[in-house]
Amino acid sequence: MTEQKPNSFRNQPDERGHFGQFGGRYVAETLMPLILDLEQEYTAAKKDPAFDAQFQDLLEHYVGRPSPLYHAERLTEELRKDAPEGKGAEIWFKRDELNHTGAHKINNCIGQILLAIRMGKTRIIAETGAGQHGVATATVCARFGLPCVVYMGKTDVERQAPNVFRMKLLGAEIVPVTSGAATLKDAMNEALRDWVANVHDTFYIIGTAAGPHPYPELVRDFQSVIGKEAREQMQKRTGRLPDLLVAAIGGGSNAIGLFHPFLDDPDVNMLGVEAAGHGLDKKHAASLAGGFPGILHGNKTYLLQDEDGQIAEAHSISAGLDYPGIGPEHAWLKETGRVEYTSVTDDEALSAFQLLCRTEGIIPALEPSHAIAAIVKRAKEMDRDQIILANLCGRGDKDIFTVADALGVEM
Amino acid sequence: MTRFQSAFKPDRAALVCFITAGDGDTAANLDALVEGGADVIELGMPFTDPMADGPAIQKANLRSLAKGTKTADVLAMAKAFRERHPDIPLVLMGYANPMVRRGPEWFADRLEEVGADGVICVDLAPEEDPDLGPALRAKGISPIRLATPTTDDKRLPKVLEGSSGFLYYVSVAGITGKQQAAIDSIEANVTRIKKQTDLPIAVGFGVRTPQQAEAIAKVADGVVVGSAFIDIVGEHGENAPQHLRELTASLAKAVHNARKG
Ligand SMILES: Cc1ncc(COP(=O)(O)O)c(C=O)c1O
Repeated sequence: MTEQKPNSFRNQPDERGHFGQFGGRYVAETLMPLILDLEQEYTAAKKDPAFDAQFQDLLEHYVGRPSPLYHAERLTEELRKDAPEGKGAEIWFKRDELNHTGAHKINNCIGQILLAIRMGKTRIIAETGAGQHGVATATVCARFGLPCVVYMGKTDVERQAPNVFRMKLLGAEIVPVTSGAATLKDAMNEALRDWVANVHDTFYIIGTAAGPHPYPELVRDFQSVIGKEAREQMQKRTGRLPDLLVAAIGGGSNAIGLFHPFLDDPDVNMLGVEAAGHGLDKKHAASLAGGFPGILHGNKTYLLQDEDGQIAEAHSISAGLDYPGIGPEHAWLKETGRVEYTSVTDDEALSAFQLLCRTEGIIPALEPSHAIAAIVKRAKEMDRDQIILANLCGRGDKDIFTVADALGVEM
Repeated sequence: MTRFQSAFKPDRAALVCFITAGDGDTAANLDALVEGGADVIELGMPFTDPMADGPAIQKANLRSLAKGTKTADVLAMAKAFRERHPDIPLVLMGYANPMVRRGPEWFADRLEEVGADGVICVDLAPEEDPDLGPALRAKGISPIRLATPTTDDKRLPKVLEGSSGFLYYVSVAGITGKQQAAIDSIEANVTRIKKQTDLPIAVGFGVRTPQQAEAIAKVADGVVVGSAFIDIVGEHGENAPQHLRELTASLAKAVHNARKG
């Protein structure tokens, strides 16, 4: 563990699992004892060098870490073309799309399945939106020989067909969820219902830095490998730290994984990018920009909701960002002002997707395409010698059908 | 004497009936439950994401919201109920977000105004009591907590602390609906919990028939029935009251007479 200063941004949550007023443990009583067990087990695992050794070993030899840090020179040059004189920051990517299974999600799944095994659980459940977390969970379940049930909204089952088939190949059972808008929020409700009914043998691998304490903390810790590596790699390559970190936010796990190790570096600015869908005045998934604090899925955080506290349906072209809430640590980081948050529409993300394909030969997932779209706007406001580091948290193979459809191409 | 104290009598168990507000003709449905012999009413506040509920109550929540039920409507239904039935304890049951949306004090003030007696907030663990509990207690409204098969003796004091009215023992680790617990396990758990509290214990989840209700009424202070009523409302819509009255009457008879002979 790194040293923590008293006024550090890195010593959340408190012992009750709160990040300022956010976070907490808002679950049905049936789950409370289990959540308390998990907290205890995680605390013990953190202190156990054998746990960390196994985690690191799997990250290196199974996931393929460290992921590269890549200087995107052609994208940098492209954006400089319409930047004012002397402007146009250097753009770098942390390439977590090169991980086994194609996204950052696997980092967290490795950590959680090791915890599940430590706790003697014999059955794994998960929710998934884009299917990346579902694939990553199915992958680690295959790797450790545990049965896996993945809850996925029916809408997402349809728009992420390749991932559904992948999960099946990996031996997982997929349960399409039809309640509500049949997307990620509804999948999470259904996973919680399964969990309540199977507490004795089941471990719920939550896919983002949200849910009841200790999930936001442990997911963050497992994903922080992204930021720790990036910090070291950047210092080694450039002798300095980046000026701005950028990451897309669904629940916020890839973003907090990148940001957290830099939170106490005062010169490093951070930008979280939410999905503005059709626009902030229409249907979107930007809970910080358009939501209010509330309670859902075990934590207090910003939620898209009406004046009666009914949860709104989110919309994003990116299934992985299509969620009406956000991890509680981001809610807190927004309120403290440490991290800036912005949002990007479906159309802007689609253009950024194509831009990266053509300038760098990298097909990004639609989720990090939101981060890239934010960079397009920011880079030209920053000096040429400044550095933007973005998390390229997933590859776009899963999205080519969605993108073709949006571009009016028949496949 | 509070309404809860009159409802939970020492010599016979009480029948606690749950329906979702705004699903069907709520006033008529509630009257039917009372006419049938309900001792306590739990009125469900609809929520978009009822994650501790099974398909029947999920659908009831969505049917109610689809009809446009607002928090103000639920409160108006509660108020009208209190005016028609001054003596029956009324509990609002639901999820935290709609309850705290305008602040806990706002909610507690409204409950006091409408004459509600208690609140069951499914996803507000005792650990998060500050979000609602103090505001309710300040207005004399009972926070009613849930204990479950996973709530062991060590944890029970946490659940009991700051709660009043009665304790709701959820007999199965699961969601609302059709599964039911074995009576032996219910009896053992009620006995276990009784060692730590004088609050009446009402047992629910999966209770649908007079036979089940009778067995529970022999070992607990109250029997909670929900999904069975919700199914009737779902099936019969506006014609539900007559069917609700019949089921309630048979349940009430079973519950009230369970300990005689
Ligand atoms: C590639 C990718 N990026 C981002 C996300 C959003 O999740 P988070 O905000 O937790 O990183 C997802 C979720 O499915 C994803 O698949």
